[in-house]
Amino acid sequence: MSSLLEVAGLTVAFEGTRVVDGVSFTLQRGECLALVGESGSGKSVTTRTLVGLAGYGAHVHADRLRFDGTDVTGFTDRTWRRVRGARIGFVLQDALASLDPLRPVGREIAEPLALHTTLSRAERAARVRELLESVGVPEPEVRAAQYPHQLSGGLRQRALIASAIACDPDLLLADEPTTALDATVAVQVLDLLGSLKDNRSGLLIVSHDLAVVARLADRVAVMKDGRIVEAGTTDAVLQDPQHPYTRALLAAVPSAHAKGTRLSTVERPTVPAPAPVLDPAPGGAPVLAAVGLRKSFPGPDGVARVAVEDVSLTLRAGETLGIVGESGSGKSTTARLLLGLETPDAGEVLVDGTDWSALTPEERRTHRRRLQIVYQDPLSSFDPRYTVDRVIGEALGVAGYPRGIRRRDRTVELLELVALDAGYLGRRPLELSGGQRQRVAVARALAAEPEVIVCDEPVSALDVSVQAQILDLLADLQARLRVAYLFISHDLGVVYHASDRVLVMRDGRVLESGDVRTVFADPQHDYTRELLAAIPRLATHATPPPTPMGVS
Amino acid sequence: MTARGAMAARLAGHPTAVAVAKRIGVRLIAGVGVLWGAATLSFIALHVTAGDAALSTVAGQGANPTKELLDQVRRDFGLDQPLYRQYLDYLGRLLHGDLGQSYQQRIAVSRAITEQLGQTVQLAVSAAAVAVLLAIGAAVLTARRRPWRSIASGVELTLSATPTFVIGIVLLIVFSFTLKVLPVSGNDGPRALILPMLTLALPIGAVLAQVLRSELEEVLEQPFILTARSRGMRDTVVRVRHALRHALVQIVTMSGFVVGGLLGGAVITETLFVRQGVGQLMLSAVTTKDIPMVLGLVVFAAFVYVVVNLLVDITYTLIDPRLVTR
Repeated sequence: MSSLLEVAGLTVAFEGTRVVDGVSFTLQRGECLALVGESGSGKSVTTRTLVGLAGYGAHVHADRLRFDGTDVTGFTDRTWRRVRGARIGFVLQDALASLDPLRPVGREIAEPLALHTTLSRAERAARVRELLESVGVPEPEVRAAQYPHQLSGGLRQRALIASAIACDPDLLLADEPTTALDATVAVQVLDLLGSLKDNRSGLLIVSHDLAVVARLADRVAVMKDGRIVEAGTTDAVLQDPQHPYTRALLAAVPSAHAKGTRLSTVERPTVPAPAPVLDPAPGGAPVLAAVGLRKSFPGPDGVARVAVEDVSLTLRAGETLGIVGESGSGKSTTARLLLGLETPDAGEVLVDGTDWSALTPEERRTHRRRLQIVYQDPLSSFDPRYTVDRVIGEALGVAGYPRGIRRRDRTVELLELVALDAGYLGRRPLELSGGQRQRVAVARALAAEPEVIVCDEPVSALDVSVQAQILDLLADLQARLRVAYLFISHDLGVVYHASDRVLVMRDGRVLESGDVRTVFADPQHDYTRELLAAIPRLATHATPPPTPMGVS
Repeated sequence: MTARGAMAARLAGHPTAVAVAKRIGVRLIAGVGVLWGAATLSFIALHVTAGDAALSTVAGQGANPTKELLDQVRRDFGLDQPLYRQYLDYLGRLLHGDLGQSYQQRIAVSRAITEQLGQTVQLAVSAAAVAVLLAIGAAVLTARRRPWRSIASGVELTLSATPTFVIGIVLLIVFSFTLKVLPVSGNDGPRALILPMLTLALPIGAVLAQVLRSELEEVLEQPFILTARSRGMRDTVVRVRHALRHALVQIVTMSGFVVGGLLGGAVITETLFVRQGVGQLMLSAVTTKDIPMVLGLVVFAAFVYVVVNLLVDITYTLIDPRLVTR
């Protein structure tokens, strides 16, 4: 029997630029293959080419491109349409954007049925209910009538998967299907994808995160710059990576053994740095403290929803406090309360011993400088028309640097601190990569010479390898400048790597807190254990399995 | 599942009646304010500009009215009263729905408007429909499709930059004088409507098409378009079924521009094609300084604006349920 999918010498070019360059692989029925690589490695374009949707203006060439024994290289859009949705299902990253926001999810799921089957309207509705049930969506009748924005991230993604498998396809393509999800939800969705695959069908999963796909994939192909640099069984690739790029990808994943070491292959800056603070903040007055914070917001029905309840914390100079929890756990609201952007209903925030609420707006402004923030998505926190020079210059202006040569010098100095140089001054946010943008965001935060930087999911939008560089950068800066971080993330691996102490939050409350090693090694709360169990793990030889996080 | 969740589920994402009623209520109050503002501003504008209403009322060809006659006219129309009295009287009448008497035609302004309204509504509504259909067709068929995109865009740019009367004259030369297939002027029958309607519709449709295309092109970049296509749907069907609705929000927002363009364009079009209608009425009222008539027409136009904007607001929530439930 022929392979389900056979790709040989696939090349895709846009306006002369080769994005995919001679990619070859096969996929058998009953098998799961993972394509792994960073943004821009060509993995998404490869996947889209497999359904004939390489993109506007794409030039596709392949020595061999066979689906279930049929040569698809000469397919017209008309012939492709009979395959798409019917025999090949396609799941994209973020269901909030990948489902039509103006249509109830039930109608979206019914769409492939209307296109490829002769089912009546009522039969389609029944099938939609069945599908939603099969992907683990409770109360399918209710959910089918709801819009994507009314569903949680996990339910949305399940609905998207339901629409892809509606016609029971032979091949399911999943492009970063869990990247937008919290860790525990991501695990459930991965397990769902795994369970959908039977010995008749195949699954191709695309991700930037080796650890995520390792859970599911039988074989892994690592992509870089449009080429497959390494391919093999999942075990072989993880245990004995041959290509240096694969090794770098593996090393970039924060894990227990890597704490206190560098994740990226980037050299530590040669600027003479003061000795790293080995024992962060032995006593000393906290630079930021909160006591009994409470905040509620009115919901759409007028009933108040408590976002943060009885949260207390302290942060000392040179220390990193991690806050970990899933979406909606109150992490970001806590951050906004600490920054003085929201007023707590009860409790107080002490900045250097002074209560925010006791300050006049004028006095607050002088205190604001001490607290800076780095957001998840720097692209939306920069004015797209500003150059890097202007972004940082503006922050310096607020910090009291008058316009002129001194400000320019300081801007360059800040860029050098984050391992960029004066060459980036004239660039605009869109002309920077994700990692460079986040470096600029850090430089902007440093412009005010703050005592505390609140990092709200600072690496969640980045590829694993870039994430590693940013985490290293933050650690270097802390060692040099003794700045304190409040490090918010849903990713326990990242929090473990970056933090000294940690708060675990759920439903607005602090469930557990303490030294990060203690909390992770001996979690007291069931929820913390659940979170820890959901961390994607790599069974590499460097990590002593099966307790890579020291969890027993 | 919580009680809130259950309620949300039952409503299944549709805006609550209370929320919609609240939105409409606020808009209604604002609409009354707009009407008052329009009435007041045009009252001031008409009374501070040069020219004697009494003189222009009785002054026919070569007439030389006596002072007594002019005073008589002023007393009749209340023009001898102080300005604030005239204003308050005017507002008082307006509250009762009374737009006053035309100086020139000696009939109620409201009657003059209703008599002419039918023709203009016919022209404006058909022109609006043609403009929107042309815009949707052009945008859906040419968005992100080279080379059609550039061709359509060029035509639209030309049309929107050309003055209405030039478009009208060109249409007249081609279809009436050269091909002799359509009548030059008049109000009789649907055939006489075609050229004025196109004259009015083309520049508005051109602007709408430009806006709609750029919206569509943005929407076509969205992942859910890729999802829809990966289900095996035809590109054009995806555009109509998924992308168009998102882009239509922009067209709805531009309804104000469309109504403005229709009212302004009606004056020119009706003059050019010698059609009866509100546009003609407006033109003659302004040139003869028929103050009640002009005021009445302005208030009427403002009323149309307010109603259209109210409808726009309701339409938004139908197109995008997130606007209310978010």
